[in-house]
Amino acid sequence: MAKNSKLKWNRKHLLGIRDLSAGEIEFILDTAEGFAEISTRSIKKAPPLRGKVVVNMFFEDSTRTRLSFTLAASRLSADIIDFTKKASSVSTGETLIDTARNIEALGIDIVVIRHNAGGAPKLLSRNINACVINAGDGFNEHPTQALLDVYTIRQAKGSLKGLKIGIVGDIAHSRVARSDIWAMTKLGAEVTLIGPPTLMPSCVDRLPVNVCYKLDDVIERLDVINMLRIQFERMGKQQFPSIREYSHFFGLNVERMKRAKGDIIVMHPGPINRGLEIESEVADGKNSVILKQVSNGLAVRMAVLFLVNQAAMREAKSRKK
Amino acid sequence: MSQTDKILIKNGRVIDPANNVDEKADVLVAGGRIEQVGSIKEEAGKIIDAAGMLVVPGLIDLHVHFREPGDEEEETIASGSAAAVAGGFTSVVCMPNTDPAIDDQPSVEFVHRMGRQARKTFIYVMGAITKARQGVELAEMGLMARAGAVGFTDDGAGLQDTALMLRALKYASMFDVVIAQHCQDDSFGTAGVMNSGYNCTILGLPGIDPLIEEMMLWRDVQLVKRANVRYHAQHISTAGSVEIIAEAKKKGLPVTCEVTPHHLLLTDDAILDYDTNFKVNPPLRTAKDIEALKQAIKDGLVDALVTDHAPHLQSEKELEFLSAPFGIASLECALSLYVKALIEPGVVDWSGLISLLTCRPAGVIGIDKGTLSEGAQADITIIDPDAEYTIDRETFVSKGRNCPYHGWDVKGRVETTIVGGEIRFSRG
Amino acid sequence: MKVILDANQIKVVLGELTAAIAADVPAGMDIAIIGIRSRGEIIARRLSKSLSESLGKAVPFGTLDITLYRDDLNDPHGQDQPIVQGTIIPFDVNEKIVILVDDVLYTGRSTRAAMDALIDLGRPKAVRLAVLIDRGRSGRELPIQADYAAHKVDIPPSQLVEVNLVETDEKDQVIVE
Repeated sequence: MAKNSKLKWNRKHLLGIRDLSAGEIEFILDTAEGFAEISTRSIKKAPPLRGKVVVNMFFEDSTRTRLSFTLAASRLSADIIDFTKKASSVSTGETLIDTARNIEALGIDIVVIRHNAGGAPKLLSRNINACVINAGDGFNEHPTQALLDVYTIRQAKGSLKGLKIGIVGDIAHSRVARSDIWAMTKLGAEVTLIGPPTLMPSCVDRLPVNVCYKLDDVIERLDVINMLRIQFERMGKQQFPSIREYSHFFGLNVERMKRAKGDIIVMHPGPINRGLEIESEVADGKNSVILKQVSNGLAVRMAVLFLVNQAAMREAKSRKK
Repeated sequence: MSQTDKILIKNGRVIDPANNVDEKADVLVAGGRIEQVGSIKEEAGKIIDAAGMLVVPGLIDLHVHFREPGDEEEETIASGSAAAVAGGFTSVVCMPNTDPAIDDQPSVEFVHRMGRQARKTFIYVMGAITKARQGVELAEMGLMARAGAVGFTDDGAGLQDTALMLRALKYASMFDVVIAQHCQDDSFGTAGVMNSGYNCTILGLPGIDPLIEEMMLWRDVQLVKRANVRYHAQHISTAGSVEIIAEAKKKGLPVTCEVTPHHLLLTDDAILDYDTNFKVNPPLRTAKDIEALKQAIKDGLVDALVTDHAPHLQSEKELEFLSAPFGIASLECALSLYVKALIEPGVVDWSGLISLLTCRPAGVIGIDKGTLSEGAQADITIIDPDAEYTIDRETFVSKGRNCPYHGWDVKGRVETTIVGGEIRFSRG
Repeated sequence: MKVILDANQIKVVLGELTAAIAADVPAGMDIAIIGIRSRGEIIARRLSKSLSESLGKAVPFGTLDITLYRDDLNDPHGQDQPIVQGTIIPFDVNEKIVILVDDVLYTGRSTRAAMDALIDLGRPKAVRLAVLIDRGRSGRELPIQADYAAHKVDIPPSQLVEVNLVETDEKDQVIVE
């Protein structure tokens, strides 16, 4: 339920979590709770985005996030178009802004963008009138993933205040980790990053987190463990000697789980590399909320689509006046 | 020589650091040369009243990119030259990273010829150390030097191969030239787009570690010990580089270095909004690095201030931060930037600043310029030190609009630029 | 400001409302009460209780959030922000007589939205509208009327009706400003 109805959501773009206040994050989560029910109906649809056009601009491969946004937008009765293009790193051909302006000329209302360059959604938001939702940019942010993560944690634990959360894996190249760090710490959790030093970002000591190089040292204390996917495609150079060695030190296996709290929840942004960062038995076990994350993602994305559109409507109205 | 061809600059404050001059005086120009500095009663065809102005040797910029040949839509030698004199520069050194690279004698001659045709500023050239700047085979440095190249660099890239770099230094030592280096060790990876640090972490952009610059600079200093040739570190940007330079100079090695205005004025905080006008290589560093560079200037460790003027198309700078090209265009407002970075906080006085823009850079490339000695070529810049204005990139003569200082309120402005005895730029 | 119903009067009229609804329930039919957020929900909760007592069987109760069905989402009034709180209807609406409950019937737009929202949830046997205050026809904008009105009074559009209920406000009262 919306506990703080005085708070206003005035952002027509969702570019990242770093800029949001705890109140804004909670407002999205509260709103998402209101949307969760729609997915339980036999007619899974509500009309608030009727006549609105959402474009999925995906410059990077993604199946799950795109599906989730597509479904979220359809449940709100929007029209959805897909634009998929491999981003080129060279400065030839049509630029992002050109592409966006062309698509905008078709009369779109919301752009959901996934891009390999950090900051691309921000660049877009400065250059078009439509709402922009960041569906993952480089290794900068993936705000809706973080929102669904904290939504799932709140659902399981009631609140994030004082929870000890471990994020394990390639922090340096992970947009999920960055958004999670902001969302979780803003909501009062204590976050520990766990991974080899080669997968930690520079000046990690200045982030509001603890850093630990040994999963075994902290596993017993954690209330929540988020196992990041090892993204071979995002790592420029070899950051650890072998998958075997990585799994040995940082994989979440049955043995390690025995030492964890009985009510620890196990999360993973997907898709899972079974046997690499997480053993199948753990991924499918009783502590796993991995599939809940997926369904919650839908509610969160519906909420975000609804809120940015409402902010845009109010902005347009006040501009008319 | 008739009186009518003469130029008399009256009542200015003449600052000529090479000659230890800083006094109110008149300057008489005749036949393209400085005829006299002092109290002059003589009549002249052109009289410039420089009361309240600084009259200084023509400014020299050791590091500009005029993009010709190859990228004339970004800048040409003509447009760059016009920008240079508008910024008070009477001599500039063009970098060889054009397309094709300036890596042979005809290319050097081409740049010189285009410079003469533009008839604005003196154009000097540094040739490439290696063919096509590939870092594999030595370019014909000797023939380029004979054609007038004042030095060599693979600027835009560092020369990675240590053995080849040593050979280049040794080989170049038989010509009186300087070997300049863009210090960047690619073994750390080449994906970086901004300083490696907290800001790159929270922006999710790949970083450029200060070590990338420092490792190559340190290596080069070791090599210079083996080859008796002048070595010049281009656009140093980190506190660590300052230490390496200080150490090398203490040992008496023939090592010089240069610093850009952006590395004195801007930190990587500027990138928090992903504005690509702040994307530059070496990247903007931290406040600590700025302090170290300023201290180095104060201590006399820095030999030249350079703009690294790097114009780019607006459409390219509109790309994602990851894809946009590196570079800042600042030739026309450079003097005001140096005033802001160095004079206003009291790092150097006017005489100190002018020396870093005249006689000292002239020494780095070994040209007989940068003074107002009687008989010297009449390259003179007249500056209004009190003029206040707002930088407006839309008024630039340069084709480059990628200027992050747009909208800055600054002080100190070039009023007149005289090159070889001709007034090539006059404000108003 | 004028109090048109005090706590006691509200109790009385809601009692009458319960009786009227109960009297209409056909034999063998299930009824359910669904309140429109937020004050309709409270009145519905009270009605569900009193109807359960008077009918001698549990009358299920649900809450309907009509935010997503409002017709002004694309034309927001000022900086008023619609708050989505969610629909909670823990029973099947199919084949039931649904009594839709709101605090005030005025323009009829909330009722229209509520009917659309309800239809997305299933196919009730019938939908009836029960309200605490029926402001009369003068401000009505849609062809909608209440089946049951606890209190009917003509109030011109220039005036504001405010329903206070002890569950969320300090006390039970209806005032006109």
